Parts: sequence; C-alpha cells; structure tokens
Amino acid sequence: MADNTNGRDLPEPQFDQFVSKATSRRQFIKGVIASGAAVSASGYLFTLAGCSPNPKSAGGIERLLTLNVNGQMRPVDVLPNETLAMTLRYKLGLTGTKLGCDRGECGACTVTIDGVASYSCSTLTHSVRGRKITTIEGLEGANGELHKVQQAMIDELGPQCGFCTPGQIMSAVALLDANPHPTRDEVRHALSGNLCRCGAYDHYLNAVMRAAGNGERVSQA
Amino acid sequence: MSRDMMSAFELYQPDSVQGAVDLLAKFGKDGWALAGGNDSFDWFKDRIKRPKYVVDLGGIASLKGVREMPGGGVEIGALTTLTDIERNSVIQGKYKLLADAARRVASPQIRNSGTIGGNVSQDARCWYYRYGVNCYRAGGNTCFADTPQGQNREHCLFGASRCVAVSPSDTAPALVALDATMVVLGPKGQKEVKADDFFIGPNIDIQRMTVLEKGEVLTAIRLPAEWAGARFYFEKVADRNTWDFPLVNIAAAIKVSGAAGSEKIDAIRIAAGAVQCVPRRLTVVEGVVTGQPKTEDTAKLAGQSAVRGATPLNFNHFKIPLLQNLVTRAIRDA
Repeated sequence: MADNTNGRDLPEPQFDQFVSKATSRRQFIKGVIASGAAVSASGYLFTLAGCSPNPKSAGGIERLLTLNVNGQMRPVDVLPNETLAMTLRYKLGLTGTKLGCDRGECGACTVTIDGVASYSCSTLTHSVRGRKITTIEGLEGANGELHKVQQAMIDELGPQCGFCTPGQIMSAVALLDANPHPTRDEVRHALSGNLCRCGAYDHYLNAVMRAAGNGERVSQA
Repeated sequence: MSRDMMSAFELYQPDSVQGAVDLLAKFGKDGWALAGGNDSFDWFKDRIKRPKYVVDLGGIASLKGVREMPGGGVEIGALTTLTDIERNSVIQGKYKLLADAARRVASPQIRNSGTIGGNVSQDARCWYYRYGVNCYRAGGNTCFADTPQGQNREHCLFGASRCVAVSPSDTAPALVALDATMVVLGPKGQKEVKADDFFIGPNIDIQRMTVLEKGEVLTAIRLPAEWAGARFYFEKVADRNTWDFPLVNIAAAIKVSGAAGSEKIDAIRIAAGAVQCVPRRLTVVEGVVTGQPKTEDTAKLAGQSAVRGATPLNFNHFKIPLLQNLVTRAIRDA
C-alpha cells in the first residue's frame, strides 16, 4: 500500500462543521440514533440542496405552522413548495403514507383531509392549515386495536406486497365514514383511485365489504 | 425523491378574488394562479414551469359553491370541486349533464381536490409538449406529434394548426352544450365570455387553450335556465375508466316534443371533446337533427354528419368511427 493512501496520512475527518461546539461528536450521533425523525429530517434537507430553498424568499406565508395530524397538533417548518406527502414522511416521520408516483396517478399517498380521501403528493402542506389530517398511523384505537378496515384486510388477506395498502385503506375509511354500508360497486368506485400492481383488487373489495358488513366472510375462497 | 421536489417559489394565499388579481398583476409573467394543483404540480415537479410566485386561490371562500340565480340559472364558483358538483342536488336535478361529466373526470381523489375552473383551464396533454420539448406550443417551431413516427393516437381530428393537441377536459363539452358563460376577473375588470368562445385553438393563440391571459382569474361559471331539465347525454370513452383523459367524449342537451315513440327534436346543443383543440361544437349535427323526428335514422345521419371533414393523423383514425358512434348514441339515447 502506497504511503499516500495510508490512513494515518489522511487528514482527520472534520465533523465539527456538522456539530456545534457545545456537543461532542458522540453525543450528537447518539442523539441522531435515538431520534428517527432527526435522521429522516436531516436526510431530507440534504437532498434538497439542489433546490435552493432561498431562506430570504419567505414569501407571503409563514413557514412555521401547526398541523392537526392524527389528532395531534404538530408544529413543523414547511417550505412553500412542499407537498403534504413530503411533510408527513420526512418531517413528521409518518412513513406509513407511501410515495409511489408522486404525480397523483397511483393513490399510494392517499390520506384523509377533513375525512375526504386526498392524494397527499398533490396537496401543498400550506393549503391544509387548520384542517384535520388522518394517515394510516392515525386509524388504530386508543388501546392499539386496529381499525375495522385494517382488521378486515388481515382477515381477508387483502394485500399481497402491501405497498399500496395504506392508500387503499384510507380510501376505504373515507368511504365507510360517508357511506357505512356500501354496495360492492360503490366500494369499487371509491377505491378506483388506488392502483395495485399485484392485482389484489378483489381481495381489497372483500376486505372492505367485510369491514362494512357484519363480519361474515364474503370472499369465495 | 428530490427529483420530484418542485423548484422553490413564494406562496401567497389571498382570501379575496380582488386580492388574488392584484397579486397576479404585481407578479406578471412570474406569477401563477393555483387552483386544485393537479395540473400545476406536474409542471412544477418536472421543472418545466418555474414560477417565482404562486398564488393559491384555494382559500377564497367566494369562489366555492353552487348558487341558484334569479331567473332559474345557477352560478358555480370556479374553485368548486368536481366532487361537490357531482353531488350537488341542484346540478343533479337541473343540469345532470354536468354532474355526469364531472363524475367521469380522473379518479375520486383528483375529483375531491380538482376544481371545475382548473378542469376547463388545464393545459394541453400532448406528451411531447408535457415532456418539455421545444414544440410550437412551447414556443418552438416543430410539432413532434405530427411526424411519420409521432405517436398521435390521442391527438386531433379537426382544427390542426401546427399544433395537433386536443382539449382534454370532460366538463368542457358539457359546459358548451349547456351554453355556459364564464366569468373572468382581471386587472381591467370583469368580463363574461360564452363557453363557445372561452376555448381557443392554435390558430388564435398556440400557447394557450383559453382566452384567459396571464393575471386573469376564472371566477365563476353560469349555466342559463334555458337548458335546465332538458334531455341529456354524456359519454366518455377512454383506455381506462379511471384517470385517463378521453379518447373522445360527447355531451348533448336536447329538447323534444311529442309523445314517446314519435318525439321530435325541437332544439339541441351537442359538443365533443378530445377531437379538436377546443371542445368541438357540432353545429352541423345540430342543423341536421333540429326539427327532425328522434329516430334511429336521424341518429345515424347525425353520426355521419359529425365526422365530415375529419382529418386523421397516422394513429388516430379510430377516432372517426368512435365519434360517429357516440353522436349516434347521443341522439338516439338522450
């Protein structure tokens, strides 16, 4: 091994630039490990480097806002050009909401806003200030019991790979809130904005019909 | 995902229409009026349009809702969502054509956030144009769709003028058939434009699809009492039932008289989408069937007359029988 590639001759990594003088490197790393939110948030900010969010261009709106997510008031710093999916996943750590296409063409990012199914990838976070946002994480009951749609998904073996499932469930929850006993066609219509590449559509329909009904098994199998 | 992060802009959320118009006047060509965002965000994420100032109209309460007007018509705020229009009892009762058209737009979630104003003001859906190439519509001097290799299955049959893109809206033909009036507010004040004239082709201005100029906001759409409760027919044919834009859609409002079985067509307005850059009002069909008995023969003749003059591109010949059949069905089944 040539001398100039010997580790001893290389300059020490300069971590100070990332760590304030008051915090040791060890404390900082422990803090990051303890806080998943910090990991995802800092990762997010680094990937934003090319987008030059100019701190001087605060614009007409106040970047700091409080979002009502899953019944909690969550203060968060949101860029003007940030979508709700970005905020939920990378600022609030709610990664149950998936990003498939980020173009409103797949439905994986579906959440409910004031009870209405919405694509969070195609919603500006600043446009939902003061509104009630529910994600897949917000469905379980106070004691951790699953929402009836979630339980029915398990009972009916609804998902195959599962990636689109949070979005499918949120669409189903929005439907059942408005129409507790839908027909199979109404369910099909309500879930039509959610793609499933595994093609488990019929299983999803079975699950939602089960959640809407009296618990009887509705699938043919 | 940073690829899909929109480029930075300043966001303004005015609470009055006048406030929005003032802001847009101030920002000029750097401004962008945002409604539901389903069209805008695609442009922003692809970094093809990079406005410096985005004016979000979503917080303006006066732009939302359906109001009945003295004299029997209705006024629909431009920011009313397609779901609200689809479910509105007045629209369902008097102007079912529009409710049927709104129900066929995109997907449930898009209808929940997408607005009627945005649906009629959306930009051309030609994928060459959307890809960001320097085509006529983007200010260049080529059409990439109308070439021997160009993929133009979704493009126009009528009215090509350098650009061959079509009007992608499902609600636009319904509004033309209902003889709607569009209310536009701009720096020079308010103007009212008939739906027939609101949409413009590439021969008038190749870089926009409507008469809306930068800084102007479509505030409301008025449906006159004249066509309330008429016989209606709406049908959309698309590759998929959800999401897809129409290959052809048809909207008709028909007034008939006489007993069932021997009905006569007294008056009709009929328009087709996705066959021209504007929703195509089928005036020839209207002329052919007005005063005629509402029979299979009349319907057949109407279909034949609808496609007269169609100039297909390499891959969209199928749209000719499609349009013909849809017109025939509209006259026969309305």
